[in-house]
Amino acid sequence: MKHIKLILETGEEYLGESIGHDLEHVFSLGELVFNTSMTGYQEILSDPSYCDQVVVMTYPLIGNYGVNKDDFESLTPALKGLVVRECPMHGSNWRNEYSLREFLARFKIPGIAGIDTRELTKKIRDRGVMKAALVPQDYPVRNLSEVFARPLGTDQIARVSTKNPIHFPGEGKRIILMDFGYKKNILRSLLRRNSDVVVVPWNATVDLIESYRPDGVVMSNGPGNPKDVPEVLPVIKHLQTRYPMFSICMGHQLFALANGADTEKLKFGHRGGNHPVKDLRLGKVFMSSQNHGYAVTTASVANTELEVTQININDRTIEGLKHRTLPAFSVQYHPEACPGPEDTAWLFDDFLKTIRN
Amino acid sequence: MPLQNHLKKVLVIGSGPIVIGQAAEFDYSGTQAVKSLIEEGVEVVLVNSNPATIMTDRETAHKVYIEPLTTEFLLKIIHKEKPDGLLPTLGGQTALNLAVKLEEGGHLKRLGVQLLGCRVDTIQKAEDRKLFKELMQEIGEPVPESRIVTTVAEALEFAERIGYPLIVRPAYTLGGTGGGIARNQEELFTTTTSGLSASPIQQCLIERSIAGFKEIEYEVIRDSKDNCIIVCNMENIDPVGVHTGDSIVVAPSQTLSDKEYQLLRSSALKIIRALKIEGGCNVQYALDPDSFQYYVIEVNPRVSRSSALASKATGYPIAKIAAKIALGLTLDEILNPITKKTFACFEPALDYVVTKIPRWPFDKFVGANRRLGTQMKATGEVMALGRTIEESLLKAVRSLEVGLHHLELPEWRQRTRNELLEKIARQDDERLFVVAEALRHGIGPEELFELTRIDRFFLAKIQNIIAMERRLEASGRGPQVLRDAKRLGFADVTIAAIWKCEEADVRRLRKEHKIVPVFKMVDTCAGEFESSTPYYYSTYEAQDEVLESPKKKVVVLGSGPIRIGQGIEFDYATVHAITAIRDLGFEAIVINNNPETVSTDFNISDRLYFEPLTVEDVFNVVERENPIGVIVQFGGQTAINLAEPLAQLGVRILGTSTDDIDRAEDRKRFEELLRGLEIAQPLGITVTSVNEAVEKSAHLGFPVIVRPSYVLGGRAMEIVYDEFELKDYMRRAVQVNPEHPVLIDRYMIGREMEVDAISDGETVFIPGIMEHIEKAGVHSGDSIAVYPPQTVSAAILKQLAETTISITKALNIKGLINLQFVIYNDEVFVLEVNPRSSRTVPFLSKVTGVPMAKIATRAILGESLRSQGFSDGVHPIGDSVAVKAPVFSFAKLSDVEIALGPEMKSTGEVMGKDRVFEKALHKAFVAAGVVIPDSGTILATINDKDKEEAVRLFKRFYQVGFDFLATEGTARVLKAANIPVRTVARIGQGEDDIIKEIKSGRVALVINTISKGKNVESDGFKMRRIAVERGLLCLTSLDTTEALLRTIERNTYSMDAL
Repeated sequence: MKHIKLILETGEEYLGESIGHDLEHVFSLGELVFNTSMTGYQEILSDPSYCDQVVVMTYPLIGNYGVNKDDFESLTPALKGLVVRECPMHGSNWRNEYSLREFLARFKIPGIAGIDTRELTKKIRDRGVMKAALVPQDYPVRNLSEVFARPLGTDQIARVSTKNPIHFPGEGKRIILMDFGYKKNILRSLLRRNSDVVVVPWNATVDLIESYRPDGVVMSNGPGNPKDVPEVLPVIKHLQTRYPMFSICMGHQLFALANGADTEKLKFGHRGGNHPVKDLRLGKVFMSSQNHGYAVTTASVANTELEVTQININDRTIEGLKHRTLPAFSVQYHPEACPGPEDTAWLFDDFLKTIRN
Repeated sequence: MPLQNHLKKVLVIGSGPIVIGQAAEFDYSGTQAVKSLIEEGVEVVLVNSNPATIMTDRETAHKVYIEPLTTEFLLKIIHKEKPDGLLPTLGGQTALNLAVKLEEGGHLKRLGVQLLGCRVDTIQKAEDRKLFKELMQEIGEPVPESRIVTTVAEALEFAERIGYPLIVRPAYTLGGTGGGIARNQEELFTTTTSGLSASPIQQCLIERSIAGFKEIEYEVIRDSKDNCIIVCNMENIDPVGVHTGDSIVVAPSQTLSDKEYQLLRSSALKIIRALKIEGGCNVQYALDPDSFQYYVIEVNPRVSRSSALASKATGYPIAKIAAKIALGLTLDEILNPITKKTFACFEPALDYVVTKIPRWPFDKFVGANRRLGTQMKATGEVMALGRTIEESLLKAVRSLEVGLHHLELPEWRQRTRNELLEKIARQDDERLFVVAEALRHGIGPEELFELTRIDRFFLAKIQNIIAMERRLEASGRGPQVLRDAKRLGFADVTIAAIWKCEEADVRRLRKEHKIVPVFKMVDTCAGEFESSTPYYYSTYEAQDEVLESPKKKVVVLGSGPIRIGQGIEFDYATVHAITAIRDLGFEAIVINNNPETVSTDFNISDRLYFEPLTVEDVFNVVERENPIGVIVQFGGQTAINLAEPLAQLGVRILGTSTDDIDRAEDRKRFEELLRGLEIAQPLGITVTSVNEAVEKSAHLGFPVIVRPSYVLGGRAMEIVYDEFELKDYMRRAVQVNPEHPVLIDRYMIGREMEVDAISDGETVFIPGIMEHIEKAGVHSGDSIAVYPPQTVSAAILKQLAETTISITKALNIKGLINLQFVIYNDEVFVLEVNPRSSRTVPFLSKVTGVPMAKIATRAILGESLRSQGFSDGVHPIGDSVAVKAPVFSFAKLSDVEIALGPEMKSTGEVMGKDRVFEKALHKAFVAAGVVIPDSGTILATINDKDKEEAVRLFKRFYQVGFDFLATEGTARVLKAANIPVRTVARIGQGEDDIIKEIKSGRVALVINTISKGKNVESDGFKMRRIAVERGLLCLTSLDTTEALLRTIERNTYSMDAL
């Protein structure tokens, strides 16, 4: 058994079993966040929104059903590390191709097991997200204080977004999927509904987008702070006047910023598959899959053209917005699920219906 | 949606007596529901026939009726109380069925009572095989293809269409007799042929076999606004084929990817929406381990055993929320009661693993068929929490109290490979233990997977446990391996056995290296939100979460899983003790492991520790909490057995001292005590050889009651009538030698009396004295008990009180004591003394209005009885009569002897109360589910010893209009007494033998007293079993018969000519 250490910005050290990439002499630094999903680690690990984060899974047994070829949400995981209580040597499931340990090694992600992940979760809950690093067991810790002092990068979206447009042909309406780090299941959700999808880079120009003669625009999820990509806002402003628009997660935050609202960083975010979202129009609550560290502030929406359509019933944060006059709406959570509940998949149908009308 | 304001008064129906398949979980759900309704300002009327429940306490609801659960009695209550609504979804199948009957009879509409929580068509759609199948097809949810056939040709035709394997289920046979799995045409031919002939209506259901699929359950809640959530999903370690109540279950699911998890989740939501349930619901699935193919197996449109488990497993109180939903509240309006910060509209996230293991009654029913299948056989269950499967599983194993602390079955250690494989293939209650033994034998997980279809994931976990055993063995004593073993859930005693040292040595080494458990909270949200509900489990991790408190604390030990002999009555007393402790300003800490009960509701105590009841686990909690002491007398024998070892570790036992407990329980010391007090008890001897038994028994005089200290394969305790029977018993049933002595007592046939008393060490207060209908020899738990006594003289009652007081004082009892007596020739003899709470405490508390466990707890904590207003003596009796009757689950357990004897067999009890004895008795019979015949044919076969008494009874039966069928000997006696009788042949000795008569449906009642000891009279056994399986009343005691006769006589007109 090989050892590895998790070191928090605040100084605490945890020694555990290395279950992933062998760090040898380097460290792997990221923002320490927790996720409460009990299933879906493969989707979480491959979700580009976790770029530059070290993810603590609150469920103690991660890796039970191995890794399969179908459940990836992107081709290359972007996270900086995985923290679990226990990770089995082998997965057991009919679709299992290789173990989670092998997956981590393959994609050069360090992982640590044997950790009291509940203790860690409560720390994050109480103090807010913080920086943390996975380091080899004998790594000189003092070298890290300088590393921790530096702010994390702001280029996550650029790193995970596609560099070139990609076309996924379909028989239906043409949808532009603006890629801030999109999860594959957003694409699959559109394709399943016969859409013709063109994925474009996060910084695609209006001209490029319009050259595809789209019927609608979907803005994807993505990592980091929405304020790191101000150049996108004018593009959104323009597109929303021309095409029906549906924005998810990062897309939702950018949609809000583009319309004059503001975002803020949450203490420890929402990451999990059990977040209750109330649709104020329907008066109904849906379980949602969430992964975000920033949120649109409620007060900032007041003087905009936006209307709050959905809220989180636990902390009352904004979960959904719509434009008062334009056919544009957004949600903070993941209607494409994967992982998580499929309760809000109907939003894709609503969006496509908007386009047809 | 706000409350439905017109619902000012609601009637809640309980689930009745504890039977296999419907147990304490409904006391928990019912109690929660009632509290939840009261919180919303609703007036609650409750009806249940089971006196041993918390829900039937006067304080629980505004009005409580302990009455039989039949439409007749319910209508009387509705007439009297005029409720606005009726809530039947928290009282199991019993309550649901009653609601359907009331609705179908048009009663609810006529009386203006609104049915809450579900609709009758929902119940029908969920319960009726055909309607259910239609609904599932309508909404596109797959159910296993099936067809009802009456010929083999039809079966073959069906197979042609859907392929193999198929299951053949003959209609109306217990436990699927005659049916089975058919893998090909040939097998289908033979199985269907035998199935059709086994079925009384020549009908079989042919169904696609999904045995071996993963069995997954989802607990769902829906409200009136159509908000739906999943509280929890669970995975059965035992694949489809074993009833979920008999399966070892983990939560959450372990081997499902998110795709599979969400596939079934979405399906469950679709189903609860289609059924329009407003409240809780349980959906069971079979999931192909090799594809996404799944089938819906079953839907329960109500709270269930699984929902109780899910509530305890997650901290999300399903019944409580379901009750509020029934009133019209919606999930987003209801606060999450555990975090008190978030709302009930969310899905709990677990950060631990929960394991449930059923508790089976095979220790009591030695001859029973232990094979598990579609008929549930467990009486109770345990739950354990841990941070890994191994820890959770091992904690559950030692919670079972079956004499094991580890996943092992020592008697199977030396068996051959083939024996092990055969045993595993038999799919009985010990399968998981034998799987572990097989792995120890080197049988590979792959082979075991093929044999059991238990997922490789779980087999790998068991193998981890075995690997740790080997590591412990190889490495010897040391802190690192010890820490790792503890993290895997190993008990100190297991490690000690491997290291060949004492448990104390392991504990010492642990302490030395600070290897101690921490306690983590169950908070519904995996730590995401702050929670202040002190519901804990132990684990070997870094951070402890126990909230500090300046208050003085008292620990109460619960009674563990429900089993025959230790039922819900002990949970009742535990809950009362907790309440009393809190009332006195202490913090009440409860340690228990039964997920079904009220005591493990985190709202009941100040702190709940969900832990095994072993010395080590309890001591860990005590060390962490540092209470002023531990109360052991409410948790049945489980807790009492822990008193001495805990005391040795320096734990203060509150209440009766361990030495005094020992004086009551140790045969020798107790005999001395009674001798000193000059109190009589039946003469008894201890023997160590057959010869000694024969010799000494002659002095005692027959009959004698014999009980071994070590049971071989026979019944543990028997009454024998002569030397021949004694010799036979000694050879057959026991191993007798100086290490395993046999106890022989004079068996006195007399009226049995039972007394419960409370003492503070000075005053002895007796809430009541009960009389048993059946004479001594029938276990007190299986006897009908009557309060106040009906046939006993004042002088005897006085003597009983005096004897009780003097024994109680002599034993320095602080708290409760239970005494059993026999009256023989007008003399009082002591049969048994239990220095603890007893089975009769809830019954007696309810009929006398004396809250016994509470008073006892106050006394234990230093408040004298005198200051509580009690003095030496018996509580005055009131003007009503109450009868407690036992309820059995024989129909569920094939091959179990139903005749009553000194070993307890009942699983539950009911109470009938009225102003007249016979009416109370009648109610008790009705409540116990006895269909009392008012005329018809009695099939009688009576033992020679009982014939004289039987004739007297039969004359009376004849008077009220019964006819008789009897076997030869009995018929002769009846004829001689001028009672018309038709003789019937013994089994196989004539065209129309007794079996055929019973099967014909012409028999109304079977009366059969048996001759014990002699060669197991297989004819009688067969006859009794067939009667029970046909739902016929079969009485084996003439005392019970006489009681029944009295109620019949009371309800019958006399027909005397002038």
